[in-house]
Amino acid sequence: MIPSGTTSQVRMPASEPLSAFNVWRVREDFPILKTQVYGKPLVYLDNAATSQKPQGVLDALNRFYAQECANVHRGLHWLSELATQDYEDARVKVQRFLGAAEAREIIFVRGATEAINLVAHSYGRKYVQAGDEILITAMEHHSNIVPWQILCQEQGARLRVAPINDAGELILEEFQKLLNSRTRLVAVGHVSNALGTVNPVRQIIQMAHNHNIPVLVDGAQAVPHLKVNVQELDCDFYAFSGHKFYGPTGVGVLYGKVRWLEEMPPYQGGGDMISAVTFEKTTYNSLPYKFEAGTPHIAGGIGLGAAVDYVSEVGLNQIAAYEHELLAYAARQVSRIPGLRIIGTAREKAGVISFVLEGLHPHDIGTILDREGIAVRAGHHCAMPVMERFGVPATTRASFACYNTQEEVDALVAGIQKVQEVLA
Amino acid sequence: MPELRELYQELILDHGKRPRNFGKLEGANCQANGYNPLCGDKITVYVNVDDNIIQDLRFEGVGCAISTASASLMTEKCKGKSLQEAETLFHLFHELLTGEVGEESAAELGKLSVFSGVKEFPVRVKCATLPWHTFRSALQGIGEVVIKE
Ligand SMILES: Cc1ncc(COP(=O)(O)O)c(C=O)c1O
Repeated sequence: MIPSGTTSQVRMPASEPLSAFNVWRVREDFPILKTQVYGKPLVYLDNAATSQKPQGVLDALNRFYAQECANVHRGLHWLSELATQDYEDARVKVQRFLGAAEAREIIFVRGATEAINLVAHSYGRKYVQAGDEILITAMEHHSNIVPWQILCQEQGARLRVAPINDAGELILEEFQKLLNSRTRLVAVGHVSNALGTVNPVRQIIQMAHNHNIPVLVDGAQAVPHLKVNVQELDCDFYAFSGHKFYGPTGVGVLYGKVRWLEEMPPYQGGGDMISAVTFEKTTYNSLPYKFEAGTPHIAGGIGLGAAVDYVSEVGLNQIAAYEHELLAYAARQVSRIPGLRIIGTAREKAGVISFVLEGLHPHDIGTILDREGIAVRAGHHCAMPVMERFGVPATTRASFACYNTQEEVDALVAGIQKVQEVLA
Repeated sequence: MPELRELYQELILDHGKRPRNFGKLEGANCQANGYNPLCGDKITVYVNVDDNIIQDLRFEGVGCAISTASASLMTEKCKGKSLQEAETLFHLFHELLTGEVGEESAAELGKLSVFSGVKEFPVRVKCATLPWHTFRSALQGIGEVVIKE
């Protein structure tokens, strides 16, 4: 059990061997993992949809509501100051975690989706005009497609899509060719939720910056699995959701470079985002509050801060190394199953195995696995263009988190064999 | 596993793998596309109606075992039926999947009763009803149906 609020017992020196990552101890931190479904132990392999929450995050949520519930930035009273302090501390935790230069570059939003919509709305309406282009890739989640489509429709701009190869990797030469003087923004996923591909975002950003084009990175599937440093990446925007990162639902982060955030108009109007209002004129608040209209998800922000604490305590590098091994193990075991094809075989992958079974539909697979206590996702994973690209209507996806074990991979394999038995 | 066996009965697996009346119906005078965005199931139902009678009925598309079997058994059942009879079957089938049906209705449903196990799997009800909604839309002259949550 990792005690929340202290780090002394669990912080592992970076030099410690991999075996120092004790998955069984990590599992103790997640109360839901003791759940039985249909009389069988829960095998939760739907982490790309949302991850489970450690006790420290649950405690933080509870503590806020039980002991310090008040609105932020508004009260002179003791509770409000306490809540504001904790909420702003969470912002600083996220800032440090992402390696951002300043806390005011961290904007709390509802999730990755809202973060992207904020940029599409605010940056988009200011900088994207008729004839301009937005460049995305063929492996994006719908939330990194549709906001740009809406923007392009409104502004008379054009959405360009860089293609991927049969392994599910971005074809960099094609991407390069699509960068031009009309490109106003590149929006690219760091890790694909449907394929698991890790995109070479550092390189992508350099390529775009060579043309003076800013880059938004959709990091929803990246932050739980690999170390992100926004300054090293030099990305202009970085978006992620708290709930896929062991944090609460309803809270997420948009990182933006100060220079863009300063120039961009507000996204929504309301309380907190102003410094002075008359009926003639409103002066907007400074960053990050200019983009945080209304009462935010205070408990969520604090909970997200607790998730950052948790991941830092366990060690993201340890998690990444462990998950890498687990994913390799899963790929080996699963690909031995006759008739099974893995969709997405990029050299660099994280967190996800998507597959199809010959003659069997993912929906039937999902139902039978469910009765074995195994939670996977069956469907198009909000990436219908990816399904189209691989000529499948849907896939079954197992996605991993730091608490998954080899035994659970074995259960998945046995479950798939059961599927083949039942549907034979 | 008993519920799973209830769901994936032999008849369903058979029709799921070897659907009857599968493929385009040339010269159909009604047709509709059905789509279930949740699982990506897509189906096109072709109907030839003449003299108030469903003369011929075929379908094509991609779907799970439940939706494919449902479409297949639907085409078998409804061929030769009147429009009114088809409408009655649509409602009976719906009842079968969402509640209890009496003996008389069960007799009327015949082979379609094999889908009674779907009740235990609420998220799968739409798989079984997609072909029927699509069929009904075709008869009503509605070209597209999308099953929503
Ligand atoms: C790659 C990617 N981007 C964006 C999102 C959207 O995240 P949210 O629904 O939390 O806003 C997801 C969630 O599935 C995702 O996987």
